[in-house]
Amino acid sequence: MSTEQQQTRPVLEIDELSISYGGRPAVSNVNLTIQPGEIVGIIGESGSGKSTLAHAILGLLPSSATVSGRALSLAGKNLLGADGPAFRSVRGPGAAMVFQNPMTTFSPLHRLGDQLTDLLWRGTSLSKEEKRQRIVAVFRQVGLSNAAGRLSNYPFELSGGMLQRVAIAAALMMRPSLLIADEPTTALDVTMEAQILHLIRELRAEAGVAVLMISHHLGVIAEICDRVVVMYAGRVVEQGPVEAIFANPTHPYTKALFACEPALIAPGVNRMPVIDHEALRRHADERKTA
Amino acid sequence: MTKQTPILEARGLGIAVGTGGGIFFAGRKLDIVMDVSLSLRPGKIVCVVGESGSGKTTLGMALVGLTPPTTGEIRFDGAPLQDFSKASFRPIRDKSALLFQDPASSFNPRQRIGDIIAEPRRISGEGATTSEAIASLAQLAGLPSSLLSRFPHALSGGQARRAAVARALSVVPRLIVADEPTAGLDVSVQGGVMNLFLDIREKHDTAFLIITHNLAVARHISDELVIMYLGRVVESGPTAEIFRNPQHPYTKALLDSEPVPDPRHRRNEPPVIGEVPSIFARPSGCEFHERCRFAQSLCRSEAPRETAGANGQRVRCHFPIGQAVGEPALAIA
Ligand SMILES: Nc1ncnc2c1ncn2[C@@H]1O[C@H](COP(=O)(O)OP(=O)(O)OP(=O)(O)O)[C@@H](O)[C@H]1O
Ligand SMILES: Nc1ncnc2c1ncn2[C@@H]1O[C@H](COP(=O)(O)OP(=O)(O)OP(=O)(O)O)[C@@H](O)[C@H]1O
Ligand code: SF4
Ligand SMILES: [Mg+2]
Ligand SMILES: [Mg+2]
Repeated sequence: MSTEQQQTRPVLEIDELSISYGGRPAVSNVNLTIQPGEIVGIIGESGSGKSTLAHAILGLLPSSATVSGRALSLAGKNLLGADGPAFRSVRGPGAAMVFQNPMTTFSPLHRLGDQLTDLLWRGTSLSKEEKRQRIVAVFRQVGLSNAAGRLSNYPFELSGGMLQRVAIAAALMMRPSLLIADEPTTALDVTMEAQILHLIRELRAEAGVAVLMISHHLGVIAEICDRVVVMYAGRVVEQGPVEAIFANPTHPYTKALFACEPALIAPGVNRMPVIDHEALRRHADERKTA
Repeated sequence: MTKQTPILEARGLGIAVGTGGGIFFAGRKLDIVMDVSLSLRPGKIVCVVGESGSGKTTLGMALVGLTPPTTGEIRFDGAPLQDFSKASFRPIRDKSALLFQDPASSFNPRQRIGDIIAEPRRISGEGATTSEAIASLAQLAGLPSSLLSRFPHALSGGQARRAAVARALSVVPRLIVADEPTAGLDVSVQGGVMNLFLDIREKHDTAFLIITHNLAVARHISDELVIMYLGRVVESGPTAEIFRNPQHPYTKALLDSEPVPDPRHRRNEPPVIGEVPSIFARPSGCEFHERCRFAQSLCRSEAPRETAGANGQRVRCHFPIGQAVGEPALAIA
């Protein structure tokens, strides 16, 4: 394969992907492509299948889930129908995940250094010293000073923001082409959130890593995403460049969602707007019959 | 505004934990919350905002007796607690509801969601526990009744949060301590939860302590704000005043850091840099000085005391924003 092709090959390609839990659909006919270095945000209704989609990409779904579709490929490797081992070979170099709560990412009982070398590095052929050097380098990349000291810390000795940096470092050590972050800043104060968002932007610029970012915070999405995907009831109802979607949302759900954004509502109102799902459903039915 | 007796009042509350067992830091006492004073009045909503690890959850737990305070005073309906034993907290526990930060971990994984929600009613004997009653309770919290027969693991993050809200409100308490009640909810459901709180307050004059990282939520819902940093309150006062005129540099940094939902207004640099220090190694003087734009040499050597600033705000800073710079603020005894 020529280098040119490599550059243009999407990091993630999802074509008509559907996922159900014990026969109950959670994600229906989703299409999503992410290019190298792109930051894509997913917003949408709670329970609309955002985490399910993320877990499917990483092969982390429970056994009760069934996945079907035309394509699910990560870094050029097809994963549809893949079993555990195939997924594990992609996870790491292909994609890595950062979860919402950094406190639950790590075991409280072991030093961070041991957790990072052991857990994340099972199966690699690097020597212990090489692993250590790689960890220190990645710590520096995410702005964690005194890497050696950090490695001997227990998780509870670090603030949430610092721990989330360690979690991002852990994800990056695998040199993934796609970083998936499921609400990575909800558990942080906004000063740390701003720093983490800045870090993600820098990682994209420096390492060219693509990012899939799930968030309910429209400010966070507006701040760092190139493109936005809007999910509602298991479907992608709208996707496009972030500027276009924010300036001119076209799907009724997206419009209704933006109308609920508290940052856009003048303080002092007594009641917050909520989405009238019945009305949305009626609208959808009318469109179907039209 | 009538000055009613606070339902719950804390003065100079301190919470330290022994880093027990001798495994990690044998024998060291770790200060998690220091010198916190606040009043929760009927029908008033107080929001606690602050960096991760600043002691918000610990404070909330202590107020309802789930973590014993080490120092300070707590008054319930004006009467001071004799001590911080479980028995002394009993009256508070009976009249308050706590909404845990991590709802899923507070659920019994083998219990169905409907039963989880109904549990406080069953235990207290207050309120109906028929499936219709539980379904309508769930609906109030925006949880479809089709989810009530599921087990906790089969809910999305936001659905579990809504189940926790429904459970906390199943017996209407006089005081609600809600730890991150809107985290992980889409903005519509988030608005629904806020409306629910506002309805309860209106109907029952309930007092609220809401812990949140979400500044927009705090701004809309709270009467008063408490800003915490490393276990201390650095600024407190009427919400509208603090948003209009933050006086503590950390508060200002917080408000400036909030990303706006408009991709045309991106920031190139984060407004504050630097790590939040560890409570295992508290900085000298003002604990914010390593990250503060306004720090002067006094800040490195001497810890500021809380002072009464303008507009009912209380500020713990030598050089509050908007007050004469260069002169340390006068500490009130
Ligand atoms: N293990 C499971 N078994 C059965 N159903 C599940 C399971 N996990 C999730 N679901 C259901 O699948 C749907 C999608 O859930 P998912 O967690 O992907 O939503 P989400 O978009 O991430 O929501 P949130 O914003 O609340 O985190 C929900 O209706 C949820 O109840
Ligand atoms: N039993 C304990 N032993 C040691 N440290 C503890 C203990 N309990 C809490 N801590 C520490 O106390 C600090 C305050 O924790 P707390 O959970 O109250 O913070 P928080 O403000 O609620 O943070 P977040 O926003 O992340 O929820 C943290 O640094 C935590 O690690
Ligand atoms: S006391 Fe000094 S360092 Fe602390 S917040 Fe005020 S100005 Fe900044
Ligand atoms: Mg989710
Ligand atoms: Mg907390």
